[in-house]
Amino acid sequence: MYVHDDFDRTLIAERVAEFRDQVRRRLSGELTEDEFKPLRLMNGVYLQLHAYMLRIAIPYGTLSSNQMRTLAHVARRYDRGYGHFTTRQNIQFNWIKLAELPDAMADLAAAGLHGMQTSGNCVRNITTDQWAAVAPDEIEDPRIWAELVRQYTTLHPEFSFLPRKFKIAVGAAAKDRAALRVHDIGLRLHRNGAGETGFEVMVGGGLGRTPFIAKTIKPFLLKRDVLSYIEAILRVYNQYGRRDNIYKARIKILVHELGAEAFAREVEQEWQAIKDGALALDPAAIAEIAARFRYPAYERLADEPIELKKPRATDRRFDTWFGNSVARHRMPGYAIVTLSLKPEGGPPGDATAEQMDAIADLAERYSAGEIRVGHEQNLVLPHVRQRDLYALWRALDAIGVATPNVGLVSDIIACPGLDYCSLANARAIPVAQDLTRRFRNLDVARGLGRLHINISGCINACGHHHVGHIGILGIEKNGEEFYQVTIGGRADEDAALGTLIGPAVPSGEVVDVVEDLVTAYVELRERPGEIFLDTVKRVGVEPFKERVYAAR
Amino acid sequence: MTSPLQQKLKITGPVVVTANRLGDGAVVYRTVDQQWTADLDDAAVVTTSEAASALLAGAAADFTNAVDAYVAPVDLAGGRPQPANLRERIRRAGPTFQLPTNMV
Repeated sequence: MYVHDDFDRTLIAERVAEFRDQVRRRLSGELTEDEFKPLRLMNGVYLQLHAYMLRIAIPYGTLSSNQMRTLAHVARRYDRGYGHFTTRQNIQFNWIKLAELPDAMADLAAAGLHGMQTSGNCVRNITTDQWAAVAPDEIEDPRIWAELVRQYTTLHPEFSFLPRKFKIAVGAAAKDRAALRVHDIGLRLHRNGAGETGFEVMVGGGLGRTPFIAKTIKPFLLKRDVLSYIEAILRVYNQYGRRDNIYKARIKILVHELGAEAFAREVEQEWQAIKDGALALDPAAIAEIAARFRYPAYERLADEPIELKKPRATDRRFDTWFGNSVARHRMPGYAIVTLSLKPEGGPPGDATAEQMDAIADLAERYSAGEIRVGHEQNLVLPHVRQRDLYALWRALDAIGVATPNVGLVSDIIACPGLDYCSLANARAIPVAQDLTRRFRNLDVARGLGRLHINISGCINACGHHHVGHIGILGIEKNGEEFYQVTIGGRADEDAALGTLIGPAVPSGEVVDVVEDLVTAYVELRERPGEIFLDTVKRVGVEPFKERVYAAR
Repeated sequence: MTSPLQQKLKITGPVVVTANRLGDGAVVYRTVDQQWTADLDDAAVVTTSEAASALLAGAAADFTNAVDAYVAPVDLAGGRPQPANLRERIRRAGPTFQLPTNMV
């Protein structure tokens, strides 16, 4: 956990006071909507179809039990008793009243939570691997760097009015669990040949109507230079990024149009002028941030204690969940536990206030009071003793967050879609719900192996459909919902955009189409262990296309 | 550039003017006496671009009560105005699935 200092607390408290005054002036008519809108957006307040939506940042996806309880309180007191975890490690409340927003924000601020960096053309919430600091394949905790970048970019005047929003993710493991290559900047910590640790800098990734996979413009950047290099990138973007056309304003368009090499040269030139200035990092400053991260006092434990072995041998449901939702921890005797927010028939990523409170209690009891939010819209308890897993599982099962479907076909990422969002053209959540019902048999789902379905209700791609193994995009044709389907996308270290399989299908057929794709995969795979993505890579899109459209 | 409010609206059937209430974002409709109602049955239904423009201009001027006013089509086939597209049906009736708090 990161412990805020007085500066953070004062900043957030002052922000609430400022917003309280802005809301007062808006409600009294002193401010018009045109004047107020940019102010509310800078605090994460959107106006959606039925109500205001408040988006709260969860920097690098790390929450304390106390913060989770505060989210539960806000859900219960100011909203309709639930919240929605997003693909950028944020949480959204869908029914907040403008007049009550300042009070809700004050309650959040008391727990160190706020809506800064969740909207507007600024640097957004810095995201990372939900397994940060506990994954065995990680070289160091990427959150220290995410926190550094968060502090540097929060309310930074030069970067508060960028051509468009700007998303940065940081990772430090061999496996990319933070979707680095679909971010405006992806930073991957790794070691060079000399054993030094530094960053691979990727730029210009993003989804939306013009998707791109980020290009590496700096294979190795010393840690001391990370802020100056980011500043150089942002300056080049601020100078050349398009402000005349919102659809061409993201940095990915600039990188694409200039070419990655020319863009890198521009950045290099800017960087050479500033790299040894005020932003060159002093090791003491890094150490100070690192010291504010508190880690559990791990016990010396052995792997696979009898308290784990015995129930695995006797309780099949527990063993199934263990095989699906529990991952190896870097410390012997500990485990990383994923909590599925994808129950059969449920809206992906939603949690009720009661679930949040219960998870906060369980985190306190079993996970050093720490919870993580992953971009797949699930939660993680990162520090669980293996001997406690059986008791934890029973508690998680009782509150409906132990569906053993993590990484499987029913672990669907979906945006809010037309049920909530004023930008959407089609619904996403009901499609996800129907798919979880169609693939309700988890034995079958396990037999299919890793298979990610991503659904977006419009071309803005909040459901990351381009990088779903199966991607579903809702569109509107003559007043009816239709869905385009892509296959072969992925958001990991081998990130790729999916390929469209053919014409959009009506809403009533989309679940059947997915089932056809899955059936085709089972017939086409070489062996049971070959996952959907690998089959698509091996045989191409055509056999899948044929299966879907031959009968339509 | 001509303001959207001054542009001639193309109206091909019955429409209402709708917006979100300032205080809580709830969906509201403009009435014949230039007030707001949460009940579509009480909304002013107009069928000409002149009438829609007038209704919209009044709605937009009332910025202390409602936000983002626009013209939305309605269907009068059943005798009472019904939203004529899915977006407006969802705005009126809410999400098309049970909310999580009602699922337990």
